[in-house]
Parts: sequence; C-alpha cells; structure tokens
Amino acid sequence: MGKKLLLQHINEPGIQTFEVYRKMGGYASVEKALKTMKPDDVTEEVKKSGLRGRGGAGFPAGMKWSFIDKKSEKPRYLVCNADESEPGTFKDRYLMEKIPHALIEGMITSSYALGAKTSYIYIRGEYMYIVRILEKAIEEAYANGFLGKNILGTDYSLELYVHPGAGAYICGEETALLESLEGKRGNPRLKPPFPAIAGLYACPTVVNNVETIAAVVPIINNGGDEYAKIGIGKSTGTKLISASGHINKPGVYEIELGLPVEEFIYSEEYCGGIWKGRKLKAVVAGGSSVPILPTNLILTTAKGEPRLMTYESLSDGGFATGTMLGSGGFIVMDETASIVENLYTFARFYHHESCGQCSPCREGTGWMEKILHRIEEGRGSMKDIDLLADIAKHIEGNTICPLGDAAAWPVSSAIRHFRQEFEDHIKLQRCPLSR
Amino acid sequence: MTENKTIAFSDEALAKAKKIIARYPEGKQKSAMLPLLHLAQAEFDGWLSPEVMDYVATLMNVKPIEVYEVATFYSMFNTKPVGKFLLEVCQTSSCWLRGSNEIVNHIKKRLNIEVGETTDDGLFTLKTVECLGSCGTAPMLQCGADFHENLTIEKVDELIDALKNKKERSSYLKSLVNS
Ligand SMILES: Cc1cc2nc3c(=O)[nH]c(=O)nc-3n(C[C@H](O)[C@H](O)[C@H](O)COP(=O)(O)O)c2cc1C
Ligand code: SF4
Ligand code: FES
Repeated sequence: MGKKLLLQHINEPGIQTFEVYRKMGGYASVEKALKTMKPDDVTEEVKKSGLRGRGGAGFPAGMKWSFIDKKSEKPRYLVCNADESEPGTFKDRYLMEKIPHALIEGMITSSYALGAKTSYIYIRGEYMYIVRILEKAIEEAYANGFLGKNILGTDYSLELYVHPGAGAYICGEETALLESLEGKRGNPRLKPPFPAIAGLYACPTVVNNVETIAAVVPIINNGGDEYAKIGIGKSTGTKLISASGHINKPGVYEIELGLPVEEFIYSEEYCGGIWKGRKLKAVVAGGSSVPILPTNLILTTAKGEPRLMTYESLSDGGFATGTMLGSGGFIVMDETASIVENLYTFARFYHHESCGQCSPCREGTGWMEKILHRIEEGRGSMKDIDLLADIAKHIEGNTICPLGDAAAWPVSSAIRHFRQEFEDHIKLQRCPLSR
Repeated sequence: MTENKTIAFSDEALAKAKKIIARYPEGKQKSAMLPLLHLAQAEFDGWLSPEVMDYVATLMNVKPIEVYEVATFYSMFNTKPVGKFLLEVCQTSSCWLRGSNEIVNHIKKRLNIEVGETTDDGLFTLKTVECLGSCGTAPMLQCGADFHENLTIEKVDELIDALKNKKERSSYLKSLVNS
C-alpha cells in the first residue's frame, strides 16, 4: 500500500463534517502556520517540499508563490482553480465532495502564506451540487473561528467564497478564469503580465489547482522535507490519478509518484487490469491534452526501462516516444477501441471549447474535427492524414494560450503511433473496429 | 413568460442576489455575473430571455450588452426556451469508450427527438455535452444538478419514467441555497 496524504481518512464516517474532520487532526496546519510561523516560512516549506502544481503544467508551487508582488499596495488574492474540465479528469470533484474541509484548510493556510485577505474557489458550474457542500464546510469553518476576523485570536483575517462558472473548458486556463471571475467572457489574456503581478482586478494573484492547495496541509503538518522524501527526484509527494475507460476498476487513486505504470494498470489495488479479459491498446496518461501512447511505450520507455508515474519518466523521450503526467487523467483503451474515433471526440471537444480569439486555434480545431469525422466514417483520403498533421503543426506554438497545443498534440501523436489505423480506415472506407 | 408580467426576482432570490454581489470588492459587482445568471435561469423557466438579461444588468449596474456577451459564451446558459427536463449526455472520450453513443441513440428513439430538440409536450430537451468530470462512472448524463452515472438503457428508461411524474423543473440552482 502506498502512502496516503490526501485521502487517508476518506472512509471515515462523517469526514465531510467539521467535527469529524477536526477529530482526525484537521485544521492543525492552520494552527501551526498562524501561531508559530511567519507567512514566508510557510512558503519556504512549500518550496522545500518540491510540490508541483497539480492542475496540469507541473510548475513548482513554492516558486510560484514567491513571485507574488509583495511590494504592491494592492490587495493580494488566492484563487483556487476548481474548473476541472480536462476530459478524463475527475479527482478534484472527488476530493471536494468527499473531504471538503481538506480544501478549505489548504485555502486558509495558503492564503496566510500569500497575505491574501479574500480568496475565491472558482468551480465549474456543472459541479453545482459541490458548491453546496463547499459552502456548508465554509460556514462550519467560520462558526469555529477558522475563517473571518482574527482567526484563532491572531491578527490574520480571511474571507473565503465559492464562485460557480457556467460551462466553458477554457475557464480552466488561469487568465481566462480570472476574466470569468471578473464577470466577463473567458478569453485568455496575453502574458506577461503574469497573475502574480496583475491578476484578479489587476492585483497580485496566485491561481492554484484544488489538489495543489490540499497538498499544502500535509506539507505544513509534517514539514516540506518529509514530503520531499516521498516520490522520485523532482516528482515529490503523492498524486491523485483519475482512471477511466476500459479498465476493471475506474476511479480516483492516490499514488506515490514513482509507481510503475504497469503496476498501476494491472494491480488489484488500482485499475485492476483491462476489462472483459481484453488486451491493452493505448493510454492517454494525463488528460485529453497529452500525447497518446501505444502499449509498448506506455509500459516501457524507449530505452527499455519500466515507465513510472512521474513527471520525468512519463515525458522521457520527448513527444517522439513519451507523453506527460498532466492533470493525471488516465484514460485506458482496449484492443477494440478506434484510435481515430477517440481522437474525433477530442477534436470535437477542442473545437467546441476554443474561445475563438486566435485564428489557428479557432479555424484549425474545426478543420481537424471535420477531417477526423470524415476518416472515421470511411470518407477520408490518404492526403487527409498529412493534412491533419500539417494543421496540427501550424496550430502548435502559434496561439495566445496553450489550448491550441492541447488540441494539436493528441492529433500529432495519434498519427505518429497509429498511422496504420488511419490508413486502414481510408482503405476499407469504414472503421475497421466499429462495434 | 407572459408579456405583461414585469420581470423581477422573488424576494428570496433578490436577497440571495444581494448577498452574492456583496462577495466582491467595491466597484467590482460585475463579478456577480455568472452566479446571478444562474439564479435568473432558475427563476425564469430555465432560460435567459433578453428581458431577463436586461433585468440582471440593472442589478449589477452594467450595460445590457455586457450581460448578452457573457450569456452567449457559456454553455450552461440557455438563450432559447428549453424543456422542463434537460437531459445532457456526455459524449467525450471516456463516456464514448463505455457506450455513450448507445445512450444518446436510445433517448432519441424513446423520446422521438433529435439532439437539440424538445419533445412536443415540452417535458424533455436532449443535449450532448462535453466531459462533465464523471469519466470514472461513465457513461453519464446530467439533469439539473443531478449526475446520473454508470448508465444503462434500463437506467435511462427508469429515469425518464420517474421524471414524467415529477412536478417541479429540475434546477441545478436548488444547490445555491446557502449563497
Ligand atoms: C485550456 C486549459 C485548461 C486548463 N484547465 C485547468 C483546470 O481545469 N484545472 C486546473 O487546475 N488547471 C487548469 N489549467 C492550468 C491552469 O492554467 C493553471 O496552470 C493552474 O490552475 C495552476 O495551478 P497549479 O500550479 O496548482 O497546477 C488549464 C490550462 C489550460 C491551458
Ligand atoms: S489558443 Fe484557442 S482557446 Fe486559447 S486564446 Fe487562442 S483561440 Fe482562445
Ligand atoms: S468523458 Fe464523460 S464525464 Fe468525462
């Protein structure tokens, strides 16, 4: 059994309530931070922990915090990114629903470190039932003196609010999220300036993922060095993985970073192997945006070493033979799945979600969707494959925000690793695998 | 909505709206846009008419165009009337891998409508949506705030039968109680 830091009390009856959460040691990090540490000491521990952002990009959290403009006279904000719309990702929902106080506690401790007096949790609108769960938890925290004026008798005060979005994947991108929180369309901003300098209402702001903020709790409780002992190299700590698709046991699993991919897929503790006794064909390891890998490459690197669940091992070999840990949305496909049709669902998704500001993304995503649809339906031509690859190449790196790349990478990688299957669709004039 | 009815929130909704606006700093009341539009949609039959949007604009003291451009950007806001029960079936990868196409086809047949259409009795609208964060319990659909997961054809039939007997519109806004 791997070490659990976020989900260890998940099966405790009543853990959703303040009372039980507190009895299990909850809110200790707030007491420790506010009573015995300076805000910068908290940031220092997070730096030492090596914690990397769990929203997808993997940027070191402590470093991000240290960029916040503390010379500015303006108020500072912490905004939690609970937009969770990357296909294949459902870990933040699980955490917020099952153990909401873990997020609230992390928000208080992190807001203290950053000197934020007001913080927001921006949650995707479709998770409306979780808004209620979070608001209840927040009310309990206020009632017990962990939020509001002079928390625990100290001179630190904090107001915390939940803010629902309204259905737009792009609002997970941090600057689009801030626009949305200001009551506007979710159009990503040009960077710089970065949010740490000019974020919400042009004030210094940190945006962090739900899981990143929740991880601050064990880091402060046990110390950054202890946290850094878990994992391998620059992949420290534990990670929530959302496992879905053709496996026996879909669900959210907390793993120690460094777990072999093969063990994750086949052991009873995690995915429990491929369903219906079938064979593994491909995996999208980190949410829809990352390159897809065939069985041989997801289980072993190009050097022939076992592939591990770490940022480094998953990206070993670059995009030629590797992928990314991303958001930890682990989508598994068995031998009967059509790579082309799966890719079509992704292309349709990105086309639907493009905000439309940049022409390569706005036009390119629609074009890719159309071509993939025609190939899947058996109306494609061989030239379409190169056309697809070409469109993807022209989107990559030419847009305001990374959604363009996110739309292009799955396409380039599918053609790279499964070109034969595209050709079969075209030659047979139908999907060779359709059920 | 009847034409001679002036558009205004109920007292309860208005109290909520004021509380929501107060969460944002002085002069930043426009931040209340999305929560207020959700509230408005729940108050006025599940969709946002131009009149409703104008009313929301006055609450935040912004121009109507600022509301229109936002309402049309987000997929959860309906700018046309919808059925009493909106069935939103996820069609993205993980749901597709576990049979969302069959679910959509079954609902189409059972209700005799295409995606995007509403049944003649005004009860059901069928919509396909992108990943709703239920990939581990796929296939799934959302109706109001409720997630219906690990769907089978039988479960879909049971749901439709149950909804037919329900009086109230299923509103995701019931969840905003504490706000
Ligand atoms: C198109 C797009 C969608 C994103 N969606 C999310 C999301 O749903 N949740 C999230 O935490 N980060 C998302 N991100 C990443 C955020 O921009 C940002 O990097 C993250 O919230 C930072 O938090 P972290 O450092 O704690 O990971 C998205 C990025 C892009 C480009
Ligand atoms: S890349 Fe796409 S989503 Fe991002 S800003 Fe440009 S058009 Fe919008
Ligand atoms: S793919 Fe359907 S809920 Fe995620």
